[in-house]
Amino acid sequence: MLKDTDRIFRNLYGDESFNLSNALNRGDWKDTKEIIAKGKEWIIDQVKKSELRGRGGAGFPTGMKWSFAPKEPTADRPHYLVINADESEPGTCKDRDILRYEPQKLIEGSLIAAYAVGAKTCYVYIRGEYVNEGKVLQQAIDEAYEKNLIGKNAAGSGWDFDMYIHFGAGAYICGEETALLESLEGNKGQPRLKPPFPALVGLYGCPTIVNNVETIAVVPTILRRGPEWFASFGRPKNRGTKIFCISGNVVNPCNVEEEMSIPLKELIETHAGGVIGGWGNLQAVIPGGSSMPLLPKKVCDNILMDFDALVEAKSGMGTAGIVVIDKSQDIVSCISRISRFYKHESCGQCTPCREGSGWLWRMMERINRGEAEIHEIDMLLEVTKQIEGHTICAFGEASAWPVQGLLRHFREQMEEKCSNLANRKIA
Amino acid sequence: MSGKHVAKNQPSSFAFTDENKKKIEEVLKKYPENKRKSAVMPLLYIAQRQNNNWIPLAAIQLISDMLGVTYIKVYEVATFYTMYNLAPVGKYFVQVCTTTPCMIRGSGKVVEVCKKHISEKQGHLNKELDSSWIEVECLGACVNAPMVQINDDYFEDLNAEKAEAIIKGFKEGKLPNIGSQSGRKGSEPIQNRTTLLKKNA
Repeated sequence: MLKDTDRIFRNLYGDESFNLSNALNRGDWKDTKEIIAKGKEWIIDQVKKSELRGRGGAGFPTGMKWSFAPKEPTADRPHYLVINADESEPGTCKDRDILRYEPQKLIEGSLIAAYAVGAKTCYVYIRGEYVNEGKVLQQAIDEAYEKNLIGKNAAGSGWDFDMYIHFGAGAYICGEETALLESLEGNKGQPRLKPPFPALVGLYGCPTIVNNVETIAVVPTILRRGPEWFASFGRPKNRGTKIFCISGNVVNPCNVEEEMSIPLKELIETHAGGVIGGWGNLQAVIPGGSSMPLLPKKVCDNILMDFDALVEAKSGMGTAGIVVIDKSQDIVSCISRISRFYKHESCGQCTPCREGSGWLWRMMERINRGEAEIHEIDMLLEVTKQIEGHTICAFGEASAWPVQGLLRHFREQMEEKCSNLANRKIA
Repeated sequence: MSGKHVAKNQPSSFAFTDENKKKIEEVLKKYPENKRKSAVMPLLYIAQRQNNNWIPLAAIQLISDMLGVTYIKVYEVATFYTMYNLAPVGKYFVQVCTTTPCMIRGSGKVVEVCKKHISEKQGHLNKELDSSWIEVECLGACVNAPMVQINDDYFEDLNAEKAEAIIKGFKEGKLPNIGSQSGRKGSEPIQNRTTLLKKNA
């Protein structure tokens, strides 16, 4: 188990106030000026060495992303830093705790990241429902301005830096970075074609780096304690510490910061009090937020929680939102509800997703109610294949994968429902 | 995104209060001068707050005029995002999260409570016209499931009894403290905490 002294988010549970004096006591803003004085290349190099990968779901190496920003901004094309705080992936509630209990880590990280990518303006895109979390962050930003930690000559670094909050309004798709930028520009949140990538053509057509809250908030600690320290946790290419959200049928649902590559079973049993009714009562786990395919118990017994191990198991780390499902749950209902989520949240831009996500949900419901015939299960798989890979953004995969996971591991349960002829309506 | 209910009875005009006009000035400072369109979303929120939690079409027209953005572009935003209400929702607007993590912790029972104490059908004002409820997708408080949002605030770690007490309470003008209703502060385990044990450890 990770030692408390190696935890980055020491106020994850809000034991202390979020205010600046408490944050300073916890070590935030220590030597920020000196860190920035070491220069862009040094900062990006340290982040690369730490092997930090994005914490928002895709797991892209952060240092590499920063290095994609053009070297020098021009007068007509300033650079922007955008923080993705549109946390909406079912099972995920980690950024919320950073916003409300550790906002100074995010603000300090934003300054450092902005300096590294040549941005003087940062927008934090917070999901609209996080009204209170947004208020806390605004207070924290105001405090940081008052103490001249941000603003003109931020923290004495010589760099000017402004930070603004922009609230979303209930659209999951705005967590997709280009949809987020569209939303920030005052449009419907519909993703853009890539390339060009935001690093070159982003907000207002200018170079823009978009990072998740947790990714940015861990950066100051990495730079202070050194990339070797951060990289001492987890397996190669899966380094560092990570906030895991453990929800569902566990004794003590909670968020917890742990080492990457920790075994799933250890994580659940140590921190969440175990599965309700014991490990033997486990049916399945969704390991990385709703879009990641579920894992049946036999895989959960030994799986490690990191990017590569989960991909090997045909799932993914995603946001590390772990949803534990015990044997008292109807697994088909659980996944059907996820299909309903994706039907509701499809932005409507690409036909395969707009139409397909609705099909998936209706077919899942038919199967769930026992009204479907067995051959419809294969048809369901076929529909997922028609969506996957045929859309502008990864939402297509996100809607297809949970259903594919169910088909892969729980086909028997689906067939059982289909073979219950008594439920079938006579055409 | 799903279709939106737009109120039939619309006020003939809408104007921002002086206080909100000042707020709008502040909002506009956040964005580059030639990118006023970015302010569409914050202005819709200001209008919604001023007008008892819903946006009349006259406000959409006003925002369109103020920002120099066509009416349809503002309307498009107002209908795309679920949090903009285009019809009255009442003084107490209850949003029940029913996505899988909440569902498996018993959000169905919270929905039953809403049906019983607010209105049989979601999205409809109750008899007293002071509250309504809807099912919503994940509100991002999954380790505190099940939960509801009432206006701006989250009420977490619910069960049927707790949800019932909250709804009966606001009928008398009272709401409990926001956050967890089972005595924890945030997302820590409710018992047998394993991490961050020592202060300033």
